[in-house]
Amino acid sequence: MTSGFEPARGGGVVISLSGFEADLLRSLASQLVELLRNEVATPGAVDPFEAMLDFSGPTTAPEDPVLARLFPTAYPDDEEAAGEFRRFTEGGLRDTKARTAALMIDQLEEAGLPPVLTGDDLWVDVELDQASAQAWLRGLTDVRLALATRLGIEEGDEDFWAALPDDDPRTHVHDIYEWAGFLQETLVHALWR
Amino acid sequence: MADVSAPSPVELDQPASDESTRPATPWVTIVWNDPVNLMSYVTYVFCTYFGYSKKKAEKLMLEVHHDGRSVVSSGTREEMERDVQAMHEYGLWATLQRDDL
Repeated sequence: MTSGFEPARGGGVVISLSGFEADLLRSLASQLVELLRNEVATPGAVDPFEAMLDFSGPTTAPEDPVLARLFPTAYPDDEEAAGEFRRFTEGGLRDTKARTAALMIDQLEEAGLPPVLTGDDLWVDVELDQASAQAWLRGLTDVRLALATRLGIEEGDEDFWAALPDDDPRTHVHDIYEWAGFLQETLVHALWR
Repeated sequence: MADVSAPSPVELDQPASDESTRPATPWVTIVWNDPVNLMSYVTYVFCTYFGYSKKKAEKLMLEVHHDGRSVVSSGTREEMERDVQAMHEYGLWATLQRDDL
């Protein structure tokens, strides 16, 4: 298993990932890209005439809980202002987040992750300049937010997860969530050395 | 917030820096606690985006963690909308409102 990110020359970072880990990260990032690009943004207007003229962006929160967490309501007490804010920001944020996840996939593949992983003795060294490292920080955050939302992570629930039996399917997903947290933690510290 | 590693000790009582989070301008950006984002990451975001010192960023992060929320910036409504959008880009849960706290 990887020992996490380490500082590299020129303000960048480097990480050695096993083939399995790199493949897992690619798969998580791909799912994020799909979710961000495929789920149609909730249409803002109910009136059919208005709806046809309204292609600027959604005004109500996404139904998918992961997307709702990635794009929170900016004005909790003002529905109209919240809708306007969403109309002008959600499309752009979706694009940015999808591009970030796609960048992670590209960089994993450029570092030597084959399209289809075969064998288990592969290691890939991913070297990131500072800008890419910043993007990975945000991408790892989105991955963790997505996993946490699907798992139902709550504040102070560590004992619950620790007590789950090994054969519970959530145990494995929670392990992946923790692993992504480890990656992110080491990335913050590598950028901060 | 998730605490993979404990933050280094910080001084919690710094009346001097309170001034900068309670200005006379009418709108504020609030970051809310969530169980996912790492304490180190939240601190890093406050330093990187707002340009705050590590000490101030940690103080705000601990406010989010212990009080459930913290006012992280203030200014015009347009400025706060930009800050909230940036926080969403970083994956932080942020809202804006008039400064009537």
